[in-house]
Amino acid sequence: MENAVQQINNLSIGFTSKKGEQISILKNITTNIKKGETVGIVGESGSGKSTLALAMMGYVKQGLYTISGECLFHSNDLLRMKDKDLEDIRGRKIAMIPQNAGQSLTPNLKIGYQIDEALKLHTDLKIQDRNKKTSELLNKVRLPSPEIMAQRYPHELSGGQQQRVAVAMALAGNPELLLLDEPTTGLDVTTQAHVLELLNFIAKDTGTSMVYVSHDLGAIAQVSDRVIVMYSGQIVLDGPVRRILKNPIHPYTSGLLKSIPKLTLPGLPKSMSGSQPQPGTITKGCSFYDRCELAEINCSNNSPELEYVKNLNTSVRCFKHKELHEKIDKDENLVTSIENTILDKEMLGLSKVSISYAKKKFIDQLLNKESDDNPTVKDINLNISKGETLALVGESGSGKSTILKSIAGLLKAKEGNIKYENNKILPNELKLRDPNSLRAIQLIFQNPDESLNPNHTVEQIVSQPLKLYFGLQGEKLKDEIIKVLKKVRLGEFYLTRYPRQLSGGEKQRVAVARAFAAKPDVILCDEVTSALDVSVQAAVLNLLQELKKDFGTTYIFVSHDLAVVRAISDRVAVLYQGRLCEIGPSKNVYNFPSHPYTEVLLGAVLEPDPDIKPKLVAEDIVEEKPPEKGCSFQGRCPRKVGEICNSEVPPWQIGENGNAIRCHINVDELRNLQK
Amino acid sequence: MELQVEKPKSNLFKIYEIISTMASRPSGLIGLTILLFHVVLAVTSPLYAPHDFKAIDPSLMLLPPSSEYWFGTDSLGRDVFTRTILGGRTALTVTFFGSIIALLWGGALGIFCGLVGGRIDDVVMRIIDAFLSIPWILAMLLIVSLLGTSTIVLIPALGFFYGKGIVRVARAATHDVIAKDFIVSARARGHGNLSIIWNEILPNVRDAIMVEGAMRWSWMLLGFSSLSFLGFGVSPPTPDWGLMISNARGLMSFAYWAVLAPIVGLSSLIIGINLTADAFAKALGIDRSTKAPV
Repeated sequence: MENAVQQINNLSIGFTSKKGEQISILKNITTNIKKGETVGIVGESGSGKSTLALAMMGYVKQGLYTISGECLFHSNDLLRMKDKDLEDIRGRKIAMIPQNAGQSLTPNLKIGYQIDEALKLHTDLKIQDRNKKTSELLNKVRLPSPEIMAQRYPHELSGGQQQRVAVAMALAGNPELLLLDEPTTGLDVTTQAHVLELLNFIAKDTGTSMVYVSHDLGAIAQVSDRVIVMYSGQIVLDGPVRRILKNPIHPYTSGLLKSIPKLTLPGLPKSMSGSQPQPGTITKGCSFYDRCELAEINCSNNSPELEYVKNLNTSVRCFKHKELHEKIDKDENLVTSIENTILDKEMLGLSKVSISYAKKKFIDQLLNKESDDNPTVKDINLNISKGETLALVGESGSGKSTILKSIAGLLKAKEGNIKYENNKILPNELKLRDPNSLRAIQLIFQNPDESLNPNHTVEQIVSQPLKLYFGLQGEKLKDEIIKVLKKVRLGEFYLTRYPRQLSGGEKQRVAVARAFAAKPDVILCDEVTSALDVSVQAAVLNLLQELKKDFGTTYIFVSHDLAVVRAISDRVAVLYQGRLCEIGPSKNVYNFPSHPYTEVLLGAVLEPDPDIKPKLVAEDIVEEKPPEKGCSFQGRCPRKVGEICNSEVPPWQIGENGNAIRCHINVDELRNLQK
Repeated sequence: MELQVEKPKSNLFKIYEIISTMASRPSGLIGLTILLFHVVLAVTSPLYAPHDFKAIDPSLMLLPPSSEYWFGTDSLGRDVFTRTILGGRTALTVTFFGSIIALLWGGALGIFCGLVGGRIDDVVMRIIDAFLSIPWILAMLLIVSLLGTSTIVLIPALGFFYGKGIVRVARAATHDVIAKDFIVSARARGHGNLSIIWNEILPNVRDAIMVEGAMRWSWMLLGFSSLSFLGFGVSPPTPDWGLMISNARGLMSFAYWAVLAPIVGLSSLIIGINLTADAFAKALGIDRSTKAPV
């Protein structure tokens, strides 16, 4: 192909196992990247997408080697090139933007110097020209006042700005191909939308080919012209973005799309069963056979080839793609709506809770003076009924996890009190709480890798609360553990396993089992699905919902993902800088009129649909500290009315649907503005 | 889908696994062999020592190696071979128990400091720092000259001085796990400090502490031999490598054998322990090279 920048032919990369078997991570990848094209590579963890992206740079990770095939860049095979020749191509012709820009920038060198270094390496410009070019580059990635920015150190920039600097450095050599490995994964929703918009602009402006690797179909939808879907080291689907995301003709892709919660469709998405097979475990048949709804005997014996369907301009690896093409799902069949389990009984109440991380200064301590009048979390009033799911939503730094910690007793509230079951005030400190109230409130954490002790078996992990709260021992203990594991759909044979022998979803199930073993009334979920793959996320959400139905548990669900929150919650509270902005039943919060901050968040949500573009209404500035007076959102608000926002705390107003909004703008006026 | 159920491993099997992993590398195998050789030698040597280690005979002074006296004789006419194979016994025993004491108190204090943090941690660590700045050999000499050179004094004294480094390692390892959510989760459930240390922290820091303890053992061996060399370790006529080196070093120019034999014994044992500790660390998945000895 003439206009292909990169051509990958029959590429397989793998390793040799301890037993001496050759195990492939990538299997027979054939594809090409055309000039000026943006290709999205999507897949869940372990699908081989990062290995493929690295191979496109001529890099194979230590321990892996090329089994067969080639990776041609203008008819030079990168994988068989000498290191010295590769150096000329990397950075100059092919540049990479890593996932975490904060870690890829040298912390003790100024931004300008680091970009200059890239220029020195990849261009032949003289020093004056380089200085000019540095400013130009910083301007191009839309960093404000480039001259000042160049004098800053990486830690003085926010995550989004650091990612922009990484983009600027990658552009320094004027590359023909730009590889992006999950470039927006660690960023806040609004920042992510801004960075994606910038990448789109750069692709158009420079005509660079881009390869965008991500697990996030929403992000892929926004930037790509073409999408490659990877599963278990193989390309299963390859075609134009609209074709792939609107009517996927591979069962994995359609399952993946169905398991993503959507803003427009309330209710829990369907989950896919099972998990991606480990490399080397599939010897014959289709690698998706175990999880496929359409699978036949044929699929378990013969592995399908990547077949080009001409009228759709798509390559697909499935025997039954024609069936899928004709099948159209109705929206209602895609989600299970959540049942109302709310009882008219207050479970937990927070009144006027303020939390401060600031330490009292020694002198203030002596004078018994309040040292922090601008606490991290201020004035939180929340009431949660039994059986309700309340979601706390906000970007990083909004204080949502802080509130959870305070409810759990891990963090002392400075002011206010937390009531449990109508009128019992919970002590501020963990030590002062009685065992029963400790039992009643359980936590589930974001990352099961960290929340499960790596040196304990599943049995030991789940036994902890049972031994502590109920004093169970011996046979009784074991029976109870098995019962609890069954509740989270884990069999008895998991008892002797260690966390490292479980998949991400299984680990999170064990964490859920541990929380439910205590027979709690309230479960605090801290970003429980954000470390999980999309298909697993749906399964965990469904599990939580079922358990709630069985036990009548109350959830407080913290998340930055508005779509996930939409799927599971009854009521939503939106937080900014530790202050409540809006609270109300979730269907109302997701409808206008709403608080300007909710509007900004909703606008930035990325739908897995290339035709729904995010609306960027506010700047993606990161504020270090909440403002001392006035509205918490004054710094970024797109609808700021004037002086009053800076000086007075806005009043609570009740919107027409029963959601409370804290804004100086009248609700009716907000509705008109947001139409 | 077929499920692969892994059977729980017994502790004995785990130990076997670790040792076989250690022996799978050449350096580990060499280390283990040397260590095993020394241990076997120390246990069995009295059974086959060819001569009496304390028999003095002026007529046999400084004989070169021969078929009768394999490693020659020393300035008092004693058989160097006999004294060399017996010379590691005291050193090995004293330092082995010393290391265990160092491991226990260093590990316990380190974990405690790491867990409680704050002011208590600050104070304890500054005291440890202060001790680290004292030249240990002078302090040891002081203790030994005040309390005597019996093993009852030497074992705890060495254990104390070599445990300081372990405190730091144990504290650092505890700091690594203390921020993890499973500790937070245990706290939120309402477990006490002791239960958290025993159930949650110890299994995660045990490996690091044990590797550090193994390293300390070789350092301690060198330290103990230095004490003997200075005349404060083992009292004559009990054979000891440090003491033997000290006695024969003046005659090195014409009776090299009397110095060489104990030096080979001591250094091979230290190398053996070091290689074993390295292989042990690698078998447990800890890269010791990234952690500088304190």
